[in-house]
Amino acid sequence: MNVSNVATAPARAVNYAPRVFDLAATPLRELNLALHQIADAADEPAWEVVNPKGSHAVAAGVDKPVAVEVRGSVGYYCGGMNDGGEITVHGSAGPGVGENMMSGKIVVKGDASQYAGATGRGGLLVIEGNASSRCGISMKGIDIVVRGNVGHMSAFMAQSGNLVVLGDAGDALGDSIYEAKLFVRGSVKSLGADCIKKKMHPKHLARLQAILDRAGITDVKPEEFTRYGSARTLYNFNIDNADAY
Amino acid sequence: MTYHNPPTTPRRSATFDDYTLSEIRRAAATGIYDIRGGGAKRKVPHFDDLLFLGASISRYPLEGYREKCETSVTLGTRYAKKPIELKIPITIAGMSFGSLSGPAKEALGRGATIAGTSTTTGDGGMTEEERGHSRTLVYQYLPSRYGMNPRDLRRADAIEIVVGQGAKPGGGGMLLGQKISDRVAEMRTLPKGIDQRSACRHPDWTGPDDLEIKILELREITDWEKPIYVKVGGARPYYDTALAVKSGADVVVLDGMQGGTAATQEVFIENVGQPTLACIRPAVKALQELGMHRKVQLVVSGGIRNGADVAKALALGADAVSIGTAALVALGDNDPRWESEYEKLGTTAGAYDDWHEGKDPAGITTQDPELMKRVDPIAAGRRLANYLKVMTLEAQTIARACGKNHVHNLEPEDLCALTIEAAAMAGVPLAGTSWIPGQGGF
Repeated sequence: MNVSNVATAPARAVNYAPRVFDLAATPLRELNLALHQIADAADEPAWEVVNPKGSHAVAAGVDKPVAVEVRGSVGYYCGGMNDGGEITVHGSAGPGVGENMMSGKIVVKGDASQYAGATGRGGLLVIEGNASSRCGISMKGIDIVVRGNVGHMSAFMAQSGNLVVLGDAGDALGDSIYEAKLFVRGSVKSLGADCIKKKMHPKHLARLQAILDRAGITDVKPEEFTRYGSARTLYNFNIDNADAY
Repeated sequence: MTYHNPPTTPRRSATFDDYTLSEIRRAAATGIYDIRGGGAKRKVPHFDDLLFLGASISRYPLEGYREKCETSVTLGTRYAKKPIELKIPITIAGMSFGSLSGPAKEALGRGATIAGTSTTTGDGGMTEEERGHSRTLVYQYLPSRYGMNPRDLRRADAIEIVVGQGAKPGGGGMLLGQKISDRVAEMRTLPKGIDQRSACRHPDWTGPDDLEIKILELREITDWEKPIYVKVGGARPYYDTALAVKSGADVVVLDGMQGGTAATQEVFIENVGQPTLACIRPAVKALQELGMHRKVQLVVSGGIRNGADVAKALALGADAVSIGTAALVALGDNDPRWESEYEKLGTTAGAYDDWHEGKDPAGITTQDPELMKRVDPIAAGRRLANYLKVMTLEAQTIARACGKNHVHNLEPEDLCALTIEAAAMAGVPLAGTSWIPGQGGF
C-alpha cells in the first residue's frame, strides 16, 4: 500500500458542524443563495434551518449533495427542483414539496399538502404522515413513498416512477396514468380513467423492496401491496373512448 | 304561346356554407373533431381596421433615415437583476421542439439573434439547437413541465409561465403519436408513438395567490436574476393582467385569438377567446390603474404581420409584440414552391394547417428526418432576420411620420378606426369623428 499520498495530502478543514440559518432572523433569500453558492459540498455538508414557520420555497433549487435539516413546518415548494440534496422536514410540508425533483432525497416527518412530488423526475420523496390530493401528479421518474394515506387524484397523468402508499388511496387514483407504477397497501376508493389493478410479478416485488429499503421502511413486506398501472387503452385517441375522457 | 316557369338561381345558404357542409360530412365520416394548427381564421376586427393620422400642422414629423427613431426595449425591469435588452420590440413566440423540427428551432434562434431579439422555447423543453443559436432565450414553464429542469431554467435568459394562449384559452394540447420520435419521447419522458397530452392547468398551483408563491419559488431557484413573464390567452385581459401583476410578474404576455397553436380543435380555435385588437386596451388599463404601465412590460401577440401591426400594438400601449405564425412563414412555411405536395395532402399553399400530422412539406412542423432536411437553418434564419428588420423599419417609418423619436412614444391619439367595432375595441375615434363607441355614454 502506497501511503505517501495520504501523508502528503494537504490538510483540509471540513466544517462538520451544520451551518444554521434562523429564518426568524435571516431572510429566505440568504439561505437559498448560500445553498446555491456551495462550491464543494464536501466543505459544507450539513445545513440546518430553524424557525421556518411555514416559509415558502425553503431550500428550493439545491444542486449539491448536502444535508439540510429543517426544524419545523414549511409552506409551498420546499425542496423544489432539488437536485442531489438530502432535505428533511421535521414538521409538515405545504403544497408542492419536492416538485420537479431531479435527484436526491426529501423526507417529511409530518404530513404533506397537495401536489407532493409533482412532476418529479428522480430521487426519493418520503412522507411519513399522510399526503393530500394529487400526490405525484404528472410524476416523471421520481419515487414517492407515503407511510399514511394519499388523497384524491393522486398520480394523475403520472408518466414514470413509482408511488408507494402504505395506507389508503382516495378517489380516482392514477387517472390518465402513463407508465408510472403504483403500489398501495391499503384500500383504493376508486381508480381513475385507464388505471387498473395489475399482477405483482417477482420483478415488481423486487422493485418495491428496493424502494422500501431506500426509504428505510422495514415493517411492511412487498407482498402486502397491490400494484396499479395503465391499461394503455387511452394512449392513442379513439372516438369510441370519448366517454372515458 | 307556351308559358313555362322560369327557374330560380340555386341559392346557397349563408349559414350552411360550403365549409360548414364539408365539416359536417367530415365529422360524420370520421367521428372525430377537426384538429389543426394555427390561430383563428375567421375574420375579426384587427389592426387593418385602424389607421395612423400622421403629422400635419399640429404635429411635426421626423425625417426618415436621418432623425433617430429608437426601437430598443427592456423587459423585466420590475424585479429581475438581469432584465432583457432587445434591439427591436418584436420577439419570437414560444413554439415547441416536437411540434417544430430541430432545424426550424435553430433557424428561429439564428434569425432572432441576428435581429437582436429573443426567441422562446415551447412545450417540450430546451434544445441545444435553440440555446446554442439564441443570444436571448426565454424558457417556457408550462403545465405539462415536459423537459423542465433547473439547469435549463438557470441557463435561460427569462422564464415565461404559460397560463394560456390565444388560440385556446382554457385548453391544453395534444401532440399526436405520429410526431413522437425517439428524441421527442425522451425529452417528454413518455413512450414513443403515444399521444402526449399537455395539461390545461398547472399541476402544482391554482389561482393568483398560488401563482405568486410559484413565482417566488422560480425567483429563488434562479436567484432573482431572470425576468419572469406570465403569458395569458385573450380571455379576460383586464383581470388577467391585473392578477399577473399582483402575482409578481415582470412581464405580461397577452395572446389574442389569432395567435397560433401547434394543434387544437378547430371548434376551440374559432370560438374561444377574444381578438387581439380587443385585448390590448383592457390590459393597458389594468396596468395604468395599478401604476404599472411601462414598469411591468406588456407583450402582445396574435396576428402580427408587419410593421404597421407592430406600430399599432405599441400605440395602444404594448411594450413589444411577439410573432409565431409570421415567423414560420418567413422560415418557409406554406411556401408555394411545395404546392404539388400540399395538393397531395388535400390542401394548398397558404391553407396548410395540419401541422400535428407531421407531414409538413416545408419541413418545419415535422419530425420526419427527410422532410426536416428541407430547412436550412442558416438560410431560414437569415430570412427571419430580414423579415424582422423590415417590420422594424416599417414601424419606424410610421413612428417618424407621427413625430415620434421612439416607437414607444406612439399613442392612441395617433390612431383612428375604420369601423365602429374597431373603434370600440381599440378605444380610438371612428375616422372622421370624435366618437369612441363605449365611451361618453354611447
